[in-house]
Amino acid sequence: MYLRNDSRPQGSRLSLRVAVAGGVGAVLFAILFFRLWNLQVLSGDEYLAEAQNNRTREIKVIAPRGDILDRNGEVLVDNRASLALQLNTSKLPEDPAEEKVELARLGDLAHMSLRKVRRTIAEEEEVAPGAPVTLRRDVGFELIAFVEENQEEFPGVTVERVFVRHYPDGTRAAHVVGSVGEIDKEELKEPEFKGLEPGDEVGKGGVEYSYDKFLRGDPGHTRIQVNALGEPTPGGQLVSEAPTPGNNLKLTIDGEVQAAGEGGLGARGLPGAFISMDIDTGEILAMGSNPTFDPSELIEPSQAQVDQLYRDPVLAPLVNRATESAYPTGSIFKIITALAALENGEITPDTVVQDNGLIEVGGQEFENAGGVAHGAVELRRALQVSSDVYFYLLGLDMWKTNELQEWAHKLGIGRPSGLDLPEEGETLLPSKAWREQFVKEGLALEDRPWSAGDNIQLATGQGDLQTNPLQMALAYAALGNGGRIPTPHVGLEVEDAAGRVLKEFDYEPQRKIHIDPGYRTAILEGLHAAAQEGEGTAAGVFGGFPIEIAGKTGTAERLPYADQSWFAALSPYPNPRIVTVATVEEGGFGAASAAPVVLDILEAIYDKQASAVSSGGGAE
Amino acid sequence: MNTYATRTRNSRPEPFAVHVGLGERLGLAHMDWPLTIAAIALIAFSVFTLGQATQNDVPGDPNYFLERQAIYALLGIVGMVVLTRIDYSRFRELRVGIYTFLCTTVTLVFFFGFAARGSRRAFELPFFSFQPSELGKLLLVLALAGFVIDGARRGSEVQRTVRYLCLGLAPAGLVFLQPDLGTSLVYVVATLAVMYFGGVPWTHFAVIGGALVALITLVLVVAPAVGTPILKGYQEERLTSFLNPDEHQSGAGYQQNQSVIATGAGQLSGRGDKATQTRLDFVPERHTDFIFAVIGERYGFMGAAFVLSLYALLFWRALRITTLSKNSYGTLVAGGIAVALLFQTFVNVGMNLGIMPITGIPLPLMSYGGSSVLATFLAIGVLQSINVQAHLSQKGRFAW
Repeated sequence: MYLRNDSRPQGSRLSLRVAVAGGVGAVLFAILFFRLWNLQVLSGDEYLAEAQNNRTREIKVIAPRGDILDRNGEVLVDNRASLALQLNTSKLPEDPAEEKVELARLGDLAHMSLRKVRRTIAEEEEVAPGAPVTLRRDVGFELIAFVEENQEEFPGVTVERVFVRHYPDGTRAAHVVGSVGEIDKEELKEPEFKGLEPGDEVGKGGVEYSYDKFLRGDPGHTRIQVNALGEPTPGGQLVSEAPTPGNNLKLTIDGEVQAAGEGGLGARGLPGAFISMDIDTGEILAMGSNPTFDPSELIEPSQAQVDQLYRDPVLAPLVNRATESAYPTGSIFKIITALAALENGEITPDTVVQDNGLIEVGGQEFENAGGVAHGAVELRRALQVSSDVYFYLLGLDMWKTNELQEWAHKLGIGRPSGLDLPEEGETLLPSKAWREQFVKEGLALEDRPWSAGDNIQLATGQGDLQTNPLQMALAYAALGNGGRIPTPHVGLEVEDAAGRVLKEFDYEPQRKIHIDPGYRTAILEGLHAAAQEGEGTAAGVFGGFPIEIAGKTGTAERLPYADQSWFAALSPYPNPRIVTVATVEEGGFGAASAAPVVLDILEAIYDKQASAVSSGGGAE
Repeated sequence: MNTYATRTRNSRPEPFAVHVGLGERLGLAHMDWPLTIAAIALIAFSVFTLGQATQNDVPGDPNYFLERQAIYALLGIVGMVVLTRIDYSRFRELRVGIYTFLCTTVTLVFFFGFAARGSRRAFELPFFSFQPSELGKLLLVLALAGFVIDGARRGSEVQRTVRYLCLGLAPAGLVFLQPDLGTSLVYVVATLAVMYFGGVPWTHFAVIGGALVALITLVLVVAPAVGTPILKGYQEERLTSFLNPDEHQSGAGYQQNQSVIATGAGQLSGRGDKATQTRLDFVPERHTDFIFAVIGERYGFMGAAFVLSLYALLFWRALRITTLSKNSYGTLVAGGIAVALLFQTFVNVGMNLGIMPITGIPLPLMSYGGSSVLATFLAIGVLQSINVQAHLSQKGRFAW
């Protein structure tokens, strides 16, 4: 101990201690300086980046989808501004019980269950933490007013303007344009939706789906400055990258023709479909299905709408009966039978067959409709009056050769059409091979081989045949254009907002088949006679139509339902450009319901009215 | 030689005595001016920084912290000047009274103090809340140095060491129970510093050091393991979270992480008003414990290093005064104050830079707070007094 009362401390021993203390101090300050230098000068960039990231939140600005236009530029689908109910979750009460009460109240308001509210919040929080959660789009003004008047009861609830699909003509071309909805988990994994996030809107059907990448825009981003609680700070908008709106899609659909088809079919009051297509290009001018739906109902459907839209297997409004149905076609199939027989040398156009009203094969009788005997008929006459016996015999001739199936297949029956819409149904072209497989798998009602009767049925579009208006339109198109199978499509071109064409879709014919011009002419003559001459089956409908056409009625037995009405037309005759097919479930004779629908469409296409004719067409 | 020495002494320049003016009359002539300038520069920087960084903290009163800190600074400077003129040696005679006062006030807060964030540390006065434990740092040094001098010849070395330790640890324990872990640590360090300059043998320090290590192990490892934790949960988390801040992103680690980000983001020259980390509430307690991060972010390395340099200057001048003192009491008091200042500075800045645990120790002369500013200025006043007395006694030996 060096202390001596109040004297000065002993020099050397104190000096040592002071020196040690000074040394320790120097080391400590050196540590602080070094650390400071390291933080600020050596790695300052990283920390600055972290600080920048800390203080900003990115808010996605949704891009409006492009408009969908008809081929004349008329709007089929556009957008309207709408109000969305949003929730800033950081403003929710901290107490779980209080939070639950508020979420439940919000759910009542937005017609959502508490579970759904929580799920929506959880999903959106996962993607964009801190960003407001959109609870429900397109809420009414009354609800907005209610929330704003009772703001204290709904902390953190705001109203945001969003874009909602708008359909000026309601149900117009609903099955073609399709609908939009939030992307789901499976879609998120698909490569075509790369870069999208939960909550983003994508096409769910129709061209909204198949041309989604053109219609969908790129979202913009607004970066706002926030404080440590994630609250925006005043004047804190930093950079704003405007969204890029989607491009407009012009369809091959002609709005007026479409309207005529929908009006004509709707007037029947029965389920059915129609399609009208350019036989050279495959451009679909009109395509519709009844019953139909208003795509706006799919955005936020009520329970009643869900029941009606999704849960009615009979009416099934969402099903596009032009492409997703599976029907027997009746007599309109006869052109395929005729082509197969002619091209395979079974007959010539002039081969005469005696039609006594029925034939008997293997103890089974096959009758004409109504048991009418047409007498001696050759091809043209057989088509005009729709002699079933003539085609029964052709079916019988070809029942062991598979020639009928080969030609049906070549003409597009029972195979994918190449249509640019996602909605296309399974179809069936029955054959010997199919029958054997069918029996082998134990699916057939009767364990029997392919019979002559099966082929006879197919020759007149009956039996196990299951096809749809689109496939029949393709077969007629190939006949009309001399052997080219067009690629059916509804997408015409992509335009920007100013109407400049960005991309034209080029759909080449998918394949060519050889059709003898003489045979083609002979069949068309028969169809022309059927549609517009004297005893023609549809002369009562088209006799007074100023444009010459070639057409065929069909009356399909589709048990247990009443007969289904069909009509297929090529117009104008003799050099057709357009094929139009219509069908009406339980519509009776072809001339009774389907033919008038086709007439409505043709009147719109050629802008000519048919004059009334008194001479009624015959039955088939 | 004698002539030489006399002449040297007589011709020694007395720069502040040339003009006998206000400085002379206030007795400021023998102040240690670098120490004074460092202290005033620090408090000025504090007022300036608070004025810029806390404009939006109190709604409707952008200068709330600035004005109050400026008032505390003025009071502190007045207090410093007053103490400069008093012979610090009197405090040695008052050591029992000072020690009693210290222990009484830190005990009274348990009964009359107002609670803030779960701890009772301060009395609510009309103008500001007075925190006795802040002034207590100085009082403890003044009293303990007296006890050390007084008891220099009583008992064995071990007895003396134990006595000093008990005298120092008693108020430290009281403060710890408030609970105020940071300040109690300052008491412990100040006690050890006084003992160190009082000549307690190195071997004793080795034993104390060993006991400290054992105590820390007991508190942080053994006690929680056997289910009788001594530290409160948040205290322990604060103390240990700096070791791995990412594990405590939402708690103590979060604060420290944000403070480190803020400081780093300041880079070389600072972000000025773009200092978002500290302006937008990412850094907590930015006007008190984390004010160094504010300086780091706003004024960059240049500003922060300048501030650190001022503290280095402060420490050097304080340590220097230990060697100038006319008596051992002054040496011990100056040493205790110097080490306490060094400790607080290092722990606080280290905490801001993420290399020391969060202990709630304010940065002397920089953190907002009347008790701390006042107590620090009074401590510097005592240092000045020692310096002045050394000059007056004409016994100053050398200057570094």
